Parts: sequence; structure tokens; C-alpha cells
Amino acid sequence: MTKFYKTDLPPHLRALKEEIEGYARGYGLDFFEQIFEVIDADDLNEIAAYGGFPTRYPHWSFGQSYEELRKSYDYGLSKIYELVINNNPCYAYLMRSNHDVDQKLVMAHVYGHNDFFKNNAYFAHTNRKMMDEMANHGARVRRYTEKHGEDEVEAFMDRCMSIDDLIDMHSTAIKRRREVSRYEFKEAEDDELKLTRFKSKGYMDDYINPRAALQREEEERKKLREQQARSFPEQPEKDVLLFLIEHAPLKPWQRDCLEIVRDEAYYFAPQGQTKVMNEGWASFWHSTIMTQKALKPSEVIDFADHHSGTMATHGARLNPYKLGIELLRDIEHRWNTGKFGKEYDECDDLEKKRKWDKQVGLGRQKIFEVRRVHSDITFIDTFLTPEFCLQHKMFSYAWQEQMGTYVIESRDFQKIKQRLLFSLTNFGKPWIYVVDGNYRNRGELLLRHQHNGIDLRQDWANDTLTNLQVLWSRPVHLQTIVDNKPTLMSYDGSEHSSKNLGDADDPRKQAPAKTK
Amino acid sequence: MGQKIERDHQRFRKLVRGKVKSNLSKYISRGEMIGKKGKDLVSIPLPQIEIPQFRYGNKNNGGGGQGDGDVGQALGPPQGDGKSGAGDQPGGHIQEVELTMEELASILGEELALPRIEPRGKKNIVTTRDKYTGIRQSGPESLRHFKRTFKRALKRQIAAGLYDPMKPMVIPVREDKQYRSWKEVQKPESVAVIVYMMDVSGSMTDEQKEIVRIEAFWIDTWIKAHYKGIDTVYIIHDAAAQEVDEQTFYHTRESGGTKISAAYELADKIITTRYPPDQWNIYAFHFSDGDNWGDDIPHCIEVLTNKLLPRVNLFGYGQVESPYGSGEFYDYVHEMLGEKKNVVASKIPDREAILGSIKEFLGTGR
Repeated sequence: MTKFYKTDLPPHLRALKEEIEGYARGYGLDFFEQIFEVIDADDLNEIAAYGGFPTRYPHWSFGQSYEELRKSYDYGLSKIYELVINNNPCYAYLMRSNHDVDQKLVMAHVYGHNDFFKNNAYFAHTNRKMMDEMANHGARVRRYTEKHGEDEVEAFMDRCMSIDDLIDMHSTAIKRRREVSRYEFKEAEDDELKLTRFKSKGYMDDYINPRAALQREEEERKKLREQQARSFPEQPEKDVLLFLIEHAPLKPWQRDCLEIVRDEAYYFAPQGQTKVMNEGWASFWHSTIMTQKALKPSEVIDFADHHSGTMATHGARLNPYKLGIELLRDIEHRWNTGKFGKEYDECDDLEKKRKWDKQVGLGRQKIFEVRRVHSDITFIDTFLTPEFCLQHKMFSYAWQEQMGTYVIESRDFQKIKQRLLFSLTNFGKPWIYVVDGNYRNRGELLLRHQHNGIDLRQDWANDTLTNLQVLWSRPVHLQTIVDNKPTLMSYDGSEHSSKNLGDADDPRKQAPAKTK
Repeated sequence: MGQKIERDHQRFRKLVRGKVKSNLSKYISRGEMIGKKGKDLVSIPLPQIEIPQFRYGNKNNGGGGQGDGDVGQALGPPQGDGKSGAGDQPGGHIQEVELTMEELASILGEELALPRIEPRGKKNIVTTRDKYTGIRQSGPESLRHFKRTFKRALKRQIAAGLYDPMKPMVIPVREDKQYRSWKEVQKPESVAVIVYMMDVSGSMTDEQKEIVRIEAFWIDTWIKAHYKGIDTVYIIHDAAAQEVDEQTFYHTRESGGTKISAAYELADKIITTRYPPDQWNIYAFHFSDGDNWGDDIPHCIEVLTNKLLPRVNLFGYGQVESPYGSGEFYDYVHEMLGEKKNVVASKIPDREAILGSIKEFLGTGR
């Protein structure tokens, strides 16, 4: 350790930390330097309310989360065990009042997360000095608050947060457009603007450069220019925040606030993309380290109690910890026994399949590979099997209009997988694209909801449009589908309207071009 | 608590209470955390402001789940607000919790900043209670103090050389046995009776009765936290009044006119015969849509001021909104507020208003 961090870690926990860290390394986990801080419940609630960053910018919504966390802790409804931050060094918080066996378990769990942050491909783009960056953001927002007043900055932040999910989370891996440097000035396009004119002596000019041809060419160019001016952005843009930052008429401080919100949205995105895997991986390791190495006989009951509490499924909701750990175990088992590949897939004998064991022992290696390259979507798409669904009593549920509730829809593998993947795609949120920043050639903003079977929640969509309109300052429109009818929802700054569109503008038929 | 979160938290509280002008006010929901009391679900108020975003509606939405159940079986209350599938929200698991009545009352008191009730007539009722304080040599077997008996037997066996650590058998004999003994303690106790009166005339709908039920539940909870014994009396009335049990109270629907004085007179009669005010703390609550037969009002006021008010700790009048009622009775009760200290009048237009109205009723600390 080159730097000294003040962590308040009492000696017995420091000893535990070293012990657990040794086991983690022994299993081949590869992590950032780990720092544990021991804090009281109230401070833990505060930090959790700030999403893990005590230095975050001020906003009432963190006060709201704090109230919820504090109340549910005070009334004994729930308690935070672990809080770990994707940062280098990796910070994790331990609650002072926790029993030693809990601290051990949390430590083992944290090393799992730390390893995942460092190695999973989806985290590769995240800023590993986010602690510092967040403090920076905080300082900037506080400065604007002092200068422009709390009410104004807060109202603006509220609007930004209303659209903070309109990002293109794959843009970190796929180049969708050419990076344009703001210092790279284009040569004025003189060349193209000039008409094709051949050199000629004055008296021959009418013949060599006929007027009619020149005029025709001029008109064509004009048309082309208009078209170019109109199609902006060139391709439908999913990163609505970026589009607004680049094109909306914002004041510098507003643009900066929007950039802050966007930065943080991109930083947090991978944690949403890998929730199942990340928690599954951490749980896999706390369970492995505890049961194979760290657990003393006297601690078994407490550990089992805590572990089963974490793995419990409440009602119908899938518990990401449970799903993750079970899938990882399933994968390890399948690759240990060789239950994969062409031969296994094509085997028709169920009995033979059940007893299949080629003793290949590739399990550990496989799950390390999985944790490196997969996100929740690819993870479930690749590794969820019908046997797994059956064994874990999985089902799909759907909204039932008459009963006004969700009901169990099916226990069919395909259906479950489809529902599950859908709820993970784009965080289970609608796909919204900017289609035109100069709609109707009047500088209005046209968005498109790429409809895939589920309508938007109307009241919220209207309110979100209101917020967008304030940022864009010209009227905003959203193409969507309501009750199977293509609809254009609009807000012009004073009134909401919504009108049916002809089939020509059906967003289903104009799926945006995807870059593969 | 850190200074930073303190500021954000205060700001949030101000927004929720409408102290700051903001276009967020329409998104404030009372919200709830679910607590559990026996079979009743109890909610802990948790106000929330939701920032609108583009979200899927419920229709055609769904997700993946885990557990028992047949296809077509309902999954209980909708999950989240149409947010689907594997949680995209960090932290904040909401669980059901077992709460005792006392905890519930203290939560209520804390939420609404209610003052503790000062019972009157404390000295009047004294009960004798048994308190286990000592140990003696004889007594019934049911009061045998196992640990002390065992220790004595062990001591005796070791002293007598009868104890074998390899075969640790300890057998108490008659002399080893120890029994708990008790002392009689005089304890002042306070008891209370709550009289609920409800207008069940044709103009009261089911929704309004539900509001009354919820309100009565919380009033019960709070008052019970302060008294040892609680009696409850239910009176329903239209043009005539009768005493009923709880079940009937909430489920009867009569038609016909309204004569509030009938209920007040019956309440007075019950108090006189069964609950002498020098021994009981008396709470009377009346719920109505405020529609009374015009000629009856002077009589009502008279019964109230002369017979009921001098004898009750608190008289609460709660008026629910009704599409039919004129609601004028509220004004009459409201007029009395200045002169009489133990009268409270409150309007309860909808469920949202229940908490505020409870605060009005119980905020007097009587």
C-alpha cells in the first residue's frame, strides 16, 4: 500500500480483511486496492442515499432516499449490509453495529464486486476516479446554486433528471458517428457551392455553359442543401442528452449541469446492465469463501441465516442475487461435467443427459470467462436453460387489464426467457430517439418512441415532454403508438395535444437504422 | 447525520409540505411503507416525489418471476409502478414487518407529532397487581425457579461428593427447591371508553364508511396506547339511534332522514348508565356527512353542550364529503370551538385527508 487512507478500521477487522483478501487472491480474483470504512448506520444511510458518493451534488431527491432508508432502518424494515463503489481504489462501507460474521461475509462479497468492476467488459469505460469526479460535480453545482439561486438550479436539475435515462448505453462500445472536434473548422464549402463552369471565351460562354443547364444544376444543389439541413441528426440519435447538450439553446451553466447528469448516468449504467451477474458473482464468492475457508463452526448458523435472507425471493419478484448465483453455479456445474456443446445438445436420451459427466472440469475457468464478457442480457440469453427454469420454478407474468393486477402468464421456457430479456433490455425502459431537430423546418424537436408492444404511461410521457420542451425552448413532439394507433404527442409550451397519424408515419415501419 | 444530507433532507421536507413553490407539487404522493399488524397491513407514511420519465404503462407489460402458483394466478398488488423485472432501482428493499400495537402508536405519534394524552381521573381507580419479587422455599410447582433449584442441587451434590463430572446428573431433592414469591402492589389505572357514532342515512356511501373505519382504527391505536383498559361503544343513527356491534357499525346501510340528536342522547344515556365520568375517560367521535334535519339542530347543540361536553375528555366531529349532504352541521360544531376546549371538528373529504384529520382530533392531548 503506497498511500495511507484513514479508514477507522479496528485491528480485528483489519486482520479479517487481510485474511479474506488472501482467500480471494487464492481463488484467482483480481481486484483494485480495497478500502473498507467502518461507519454508523446513519452515515451509511446518508452515503447510500447519495448513491455511494458522499460528495455528490446537492439535490432534494437524495434527501428523499435518505428519509426512506432511515425510516426503514429505524422501523426495522430493512438494513443495508454492503455498499461498494466502483472506483480505484475501491471503497466499501461496513456498518459498525454488524456482527463479525456479517463483516466477514460482507468483505468476501465486496471482493467479488471489486473483481467484477475491474474485469467486466461493460465497466471498462467507467471513470475509476469517480470519487474525485463526483466531488467535482458537487462543487460545480454548488457554485451555480450560489450564483443563480437554489430554486432556479434545482428546477433545472429536476428537468434533467426527468430525462436522465435517455442515453445510448452502447455508444461507449460502438462508434455510431464521426467524432467532431469543435476546433476542426471545415473549409467553407466553396468548391461545392460553385457551379460547374467550363473555361470559355466570352462569346462562346452561352454554348459551353448553357444557361438552362446551370440553372438546373443550381436547383439540384439547392434541394440537396435543404435536405442536408433538414436531416439533422443524420441518424436517429438515442443519446437524447448528448443531442440536447450539443444543440439545445442552453446557458453555459445549464449545459454543464446537463453534462454532469449525463456523465453520472453513463457511470451508473453498467451497474444496471449487470445487476444479476454482479450480485450473483459477489454472492457466489462470499458463499464460496465463507463455506470453504473463512467460516468458524460457531458462526455457521448466523452465516446461514444471513445468506438465506439475501437469497430469499419475495413474492413474485426475481431476486437478482438468487438468479445470479444459481445461474453461475449451474454454469460451473455444466462445464465441470461437460454438459455443453453439440454432442450434449443433440443427445435425446434424458436419462443419459441427466447422468452426463465427462469430467472435463472446465467450470471455474468458464465462470471467470463469463464474468469478463457478459452483461445480464447476454448472460441470460446464453445460459438460461429449460432445466434451470423448471428447477427454480420460474414463470413469466403479465398485466391483466380486467383484474388490474399482474398474473402468472406461463411456465413455458421461451416465454419466460422472452419476458426476462425484455425486462432487461434498455433497463426495461422505452426506446426514445431524436429523429429531427428541425421538425417542420421550424426548429421543433421530434422524438420517436420505438414501439415494441407496450404503450407509454401517458401522464408521465406528457410531463416528460413538458420538461423536454423547457430545455429545447421550441415545441417538442413524440411519435408513439397509443392503443394500436400511431399518435403524435406534442407540447408547444402552453398546451399538450395528441393526434392520430396516418400509417405513413407509423414508427413501427420506420425502425431506426441500427449499426451492427 | 451529516450536514450535507441534512440540507437535502430539509429541502425535501419543505417540498413535500408545500413550503417551496415548485412545479413538483403534483408529483407528491403520500407513499407508504408496509408494516404488518396481525393480519392487518399497516402503512407507515412515506411521502415521495416522483420525477416523471418515459416509462412503459401496465398494458401488455410483464416480466419473469420465481415461485409456486398456477398459470393465471394473480400476483398480488402490482409490482412497483409498472416498472418491470429485475430491479433497476438500487437499494431500498421494502419488507413487511411485524409491529406491536405500541410501536404502531409511537410511529403514529411521531409522524403526526401528537402530544401524549394526559388521562384524567387517574387516582380514582386503583387496582391490585401481583409482582414477582422474591424467592421462598415452598410454593406451587408451576412457580418453581428452575435455575436456582438446579444450582442448589448442584452445590449440594458437589459438597456431598455425589457429583460425577463424567456423568453429570443433577437431581434436586425437596430441600433444593426454590419458588418465586410475589408481593401485591397497588397501582393506579386509567380506563377509557370510546364512543363512535356514525350517520348511516342513505347519503353515506361505502367509500365514506371505509374512511371512517380507517380513521377509527388509528384513533383506537393511539388512545389504546395511553390507557390500560378500553371499552368501545358503537352507535349508528339515521332518524333513530341504536347501539350495535363493530361489524354492524361498518356494514349497515339505512335509508331515510337524519336526526343527529338521537345519537347524542343515546350516547348520553349509555355514559350515564355504564361509564360514570368520575371513573372513566370518555372519548366520543361522531362521523357524518353533515346533513341534518333542520329543526333538529338546536336540540343537537343543546344535548351536546349541556350533557355530553361536560363529561367527555374529547368530542370529535368528523365530516366526510358526500355528494348529497349539505354539510352544514360542520359549521355549527365549528362555532363551538372557541368556547369549548374539548371539541374538535374536522373535514375528511378523501382518504388523503385522513392523517391530517387524525392529527386534528388527537393533537389536543386530551
